[in-house]
Amino acid sequence: MADSSHNHDAHDDHGLAHPVPLKLLFAVFFTLVGLTILTVITGQMTFAGFDLALAMVIATCKATLVCLIFMHLKYDKPFLGMIFLFSVLFVGLFLAFTFLDSNEYNADINEWVRDNMTISQ
Amino acid sequence: MSSTTADAHAGGHGHGHDHPKHLAHHFETLEQQYGSGKLGIWTFLLTEVLFFSALFVAYTMYRAQYPEVFQFASQYLDTNLGAINTIVLLFSSLTVAWGVRNAMLGQHKMLCINLLLTLACAGGFMGIKYVEYSHKFHEGTLWGGHVDSIFKADPADISEDMKEHSHAWNGDGELVAVKDLDPVFRQRLGLFFAVYFCLTGLHGIHVLIGMILLTWLLLRAMKKEFGPDHFGAIDFGGLYWHLVDLIWIFLFPLLYLIS
Repeated sequence: MADSSHNHDAHDDHGLAHPVPLKLLFAVFFTLVGLTILTVITGQMTFAGFDLALAMVIATCKATLVCLIFMHLKYDKPFLGMIFLFSVLFVGLFLAFTFLDSNEYNADINEWVRDNMTISQ
Repeated sequence: MSSTTADAHAGGHGHGHDHPKHLAHHFETLEQQYGSGKLGIWTFLLTEVLFFSALFVAYTMYRAQYPEVFQFASQYLDTNLGAINTIVLLFSSLTVAWGVRNAMLGQHKMLCINLLLTLACAGGFMGIKYVEYSHKFHEGTLWGGHVDSIFKADPADISEDMKEHSHAWNGDGELVAVKDLDPVFRQRLGLFFAVYFCLTGLHGIHVLIGMILLTWLLLRAMKKEFGPDHFGAIDFGGLYWHLVDLIWIFLFPLLYLIS
């Protein structure tokens, strides 16, 4: 990142500090609160199978705001954002591969449940 | 190093001999030092995301398997408390982000105030979590294997007190006591609470670690250790705190808002 160090004086200040404007911080906070209220309201309604998708879309919007502004990714080197996106990508892979396999053992599980689950009453 | 710090700012980054005060000797510039720290904390956050992902995958698998169990069990969680905790954490994220700004601008007093506010929010979050947990322990809405769990227990063993409180609404809007539920369904309810306690518990541990971190930062901030060229610790601690908030942003709808 800073291999040819001597040319960096051209930056303002030290090139280190990039304070986020207070107005923006507060705007993000109030948007996040608004989205929280929205997700509580929509959570109490039913949208024919899209409830979870909608809640996740709202949560992802909130997470994106936190990442970009609060966590500075908007102003940082894109590489840092890429690190984070890669982690999310691998969570997706984790989930997908687990899902692929999930019904594979149903027969065994059902057999075990039948043999071992002694349910009272 | 320390003997050459006096005119660090006057000389800028001139010839690399006069190190700025806060520059460790193994870095060439403050930018490099800050960039390395930032790369480090983001790599750590990556491992944190993967750490939590195991529990999120467990959640997803079980919810896909038993959607009706999750829907029913979610009613035992207090949406209002969950929503309040969400806003408390969001506010603490704001104060941390504001604190980073304060550190960058050398506003020592405001930095201390913001760190204190963040700590207070973290304490508030844990307080509400305590209320929720103790409520569940009291009523026996615990993970499946726990001896006192009403979902595990023989209906005959469920105390009168538990019977009185432990009920939820079924799909038809009728009040159902746990002991009247289908036994298999009842045992599966314990699964939801196992996932609930693991996810919120691991998150709670992260909040506690964050509180220790924030206290350490506050003590350093009170000694005016941070400034425009030396705010890395505040920034990196803040990033960790934001991640704790991020996890909760997903936990809240996934656990409390299953309609």
